[in-house]
Amino acid sequence: MSWISPFAMNRMGLLNMNKRNVDYISRYNERSSYPLVDNKLKTKLVAAEYEVKTPRLLQVVRQQHEISHFRERADALGGFAIKPAKGSGGKGILVIIRREGDHYIKASGAAVTVAALERHLSNILAGLYSLGGAPDVAIVENLVESSPSLAKYSFQGVPDIRIVVFQGYPVMAMLRLATKASDGKANLHQGAVGVGLNIANGRSLNSVQFNRPITLHPDTGLSLENIVIENWEHMLHMAAHCYEATGLGYMGVDLVLDAQEGPLLLELNARPGLAIQMANGRGLLPRLRAVEALKRPHFRPEKRVQFVIKEFKDL
Amino acid sequence: MSSRSRYPFYLALLLLISAGISLAVWRHVELGIPWLTGEQRPVWMVEARIDFDALDEPVLASLNIPESPPGFRILTEQAASPGYGFSIINESGNRRGEWSIRNANGQQTLYFKAQLVPDDTATTRKPKRPPRPASVFWEEPQATAVRETLQQAALRSSTPESMTRELIKLMQSADPDQNTTLLLSESNYIELLTRMLNHANIPARIADGLKLEDARRRQLLKPFLQIFDGEKWLTFHPQTGRQGLPDDVVLWRQNASSLIDVLGGNNSQVSFSILKQTVPALQLAQAESDANSLGLFSLYQLPIEEQSMFRMLLLLPLGALVVAFMRIVIGVRTSGTFMPVLIAVAFVQTTLVPGLIAFISVVSIGLLMRGYLSSLNLLLVSRISALIILVIFITTGLSIVGYQMGFNTGMTVTFFPMVILAWTIERVSILWEEEGAREVVVQGAGSLFVAICAYLVMSAPLSGHLTFNFPELHLVILGVILLLGQYTGYKLTELRRFHPMKVYEG
Repeated sequence: MSWISPFAMNRMGLLNMNKRNVDYISRYNERSSYPLVDNKLKTKLVAAEYEVKTPRLLQVVRQQHEISHFRERADALGGFAIKPAKGSGGKGILVIIRREGDHYIKASGAAVTVAALERHLSNILAGLYSLGGAPDVAIVENLVESSPSLAKYSFQGVPDIRIVVFQGYPVMAMLRLATKASDGKANLHQGAVGVGLNIANGRSLNSVQFNRPITLHPDTGLSLENIVIENWEHMLHMAAHCYEATGLGYMGVDLVLDAQEGPLLLELNARPGLAIQMANGRGLLPRLRAVEALKRPHFRPEKRVQFVIKEFKDL
Repeated sequence: MSSRSRYPFYLALLLLISAGISLAVWRHVELGIPWLTGEQRPVWMVEARIDFDALDEPVLASLNIPESPPGFRILTEQAASPGYGFSIINESGNRRGEWSIRNANGQQTLYFKAQLVPDDTATTRKPKRPPRPASVFWEEPQATAVRETLQQAALRSSTPESMTRELIKLMQSADPDQNTTLLLSESNYIELLTRMLNHANIPARIADGLKLEDARRRQLLKPFLQIFDGEKWLTFHPQTGRQGLPDDVVLWRQNASSLIDVLGGNNSQVSFSILKQTVPALQLAQAESDANSLGLFSLYQLPIEEQSMFRMLLLLPLGALVVAFMRIVIGVRTSGTFMPVLIAVAFVQTTLVPGLIAFISVVSIGLLMRGYLSSLNLLLVSRISALIILVIFITTGLSIVGYQMGFNTGMTVTFFPMVILAWTIERVSILWEEEGAREVVVQGAGSLFVAICAYLVMSAPLSGHLTFNFPELHLVILGVILLLGQYTGYKLTELRRFHPMKVYEG
């Protein structure tokens, strides 16, 4: 068992769970804005208003009886993802990459039947994956085809980029790569690899899996040290725009880099996790405090991105 | 909340916590509710025994019984007398126990028992109307002797008290003058004192006191002199003139003309036995709260059935406190926020080990059945409903099997809340499917650990005692929970979680 002393954590400015909840989430996030991020359907709609691109919406299943129509419409689909609108932590997301006869092939390569998909939809509507078990709707989105430059690092699944946005300033970012252990999901606590990104230029810093530093991807064996994210500044702009869209002062913005469409907003998170600090090897607090200390915050997202690129390169 | 606006919050918390503590201290002092369980207090058990010979006719015996004697409180009263009807009547400050029977013959014995608790704050109630001195008529030559003695005493005194003391000194002097010798030769000494004081325009009377000594039998009442100083009755020792009542004397008769009256009998006698007992301080406080206005706010006034419900209910905040502490400061992960508290409540009823066995077996059997349910493609609500019914089957089965095998503990499984069990199974099952067995073990062990901690806290006799007898302490718990809600420090588990960050330091 090894431990870190709380003083060392303080010196590094590591944000902890209680402080995040009390001093950032509950202070900067209006309760009334939560539905915007907790409901992926609303997120898509509001993002569209602010010209932030999201994966194309194929279907919305709102009622149990609509599930039977899903079968007819699904015939026409190639790859798609079924998501609960109010799901959290990636729960209930089912990714189908293609069809083979009567079977649908999941990202993991496993085949599922239409009946299984319908059961999944039914579970979503009943609220199995939503917070508090509230009734939910299922959304069916176009499958994101990850840009090959990033896809090669990931074991199945789509790599995504998490950017923590504080009062409209993108303060910290990491790339999340799925692994065999995470079952194609990009959630760090399920075993995905987190690669810290330099907020100024999108270059990789450190990498962690299960909170332990690594240098190679455990499944693909590729070195994680020299990754550069294309379109980095555009991504920062998208992330910064999400603040105007939602009004949430402290949130996580999840982006993907689609091969055809470029950066897309996947989802927003009003309670972004703390593991991003481990991937970056530095604490969030110095940057959050720098933003809090601004006497005149920048109104335009572009200015905020410029500020971040200039100030947070070495912080 | 901005950091500036937190000061009023902390102030309110401080008020809340100090209000809780000071209320508890106040009730401890006022009502004597003990802080600890099993605290004992001395109580005097006094038994009055009445003997008389019945004359083969209807009998009515009435005994004067104490009413708010100074320095004592009456805890319980009871009469034991076979065949007699008994009631307590209260007429103008004269409290009497009355025994009655249609016909009695021969030697009769009646008992009256009272438990007296020493209480410094107990005082005799102030009379509604100030008593007036009785008019006394003296014959010569006593009249002259009285007048002269009283003049002598009056010269040396200024107040009714000092007058009384001086008079007693005169009457008791080692070298008595003619007047006192004359007076003392005639009548009963204490009666004489009373009459003389009344003559001097000081209301006076005789009160009977009982000296309390452990394990005494056949004791008689001793007379004391009382005078009224315009506000209250003051007690004097008739021989020494010492003012005030010794701590170990209880005034049995104060305001009544007679101690015992018997109609239909003769040769009546009253004697007293005294025994020192100890009773739990809590019982004392409960009995006392009936009389005290403070008791209005206590739970003792509720019917016993509701009281036992509240006993359980008032333990819940402690469980909530344990959960809050475990999650916020330690960082234990549990499945469901307050599931551990509800499990702990069930443990309180089943005791720990049988409860744990029952809980784990129900959840594991339920998980097996849930595995089949998940393949049925059911809607969530009906799946949970089916699970509830299955849980009831499982508990019934376990109870029956346990009973047949001779384990009564099998029955205790029914204490677990069925719906909670069903949800626990559902959650664990989903957790298993989504996050794998490892997470199930982590969260399950966390939940059980927190439940056991909560159980240990809630089942401690002291916590049951404090939460029920000092409900205001819940304000303190509330304050601490609110304070925990403001804790922004590290969780213990985070010190471990972030340990790889050590390499980046510097």
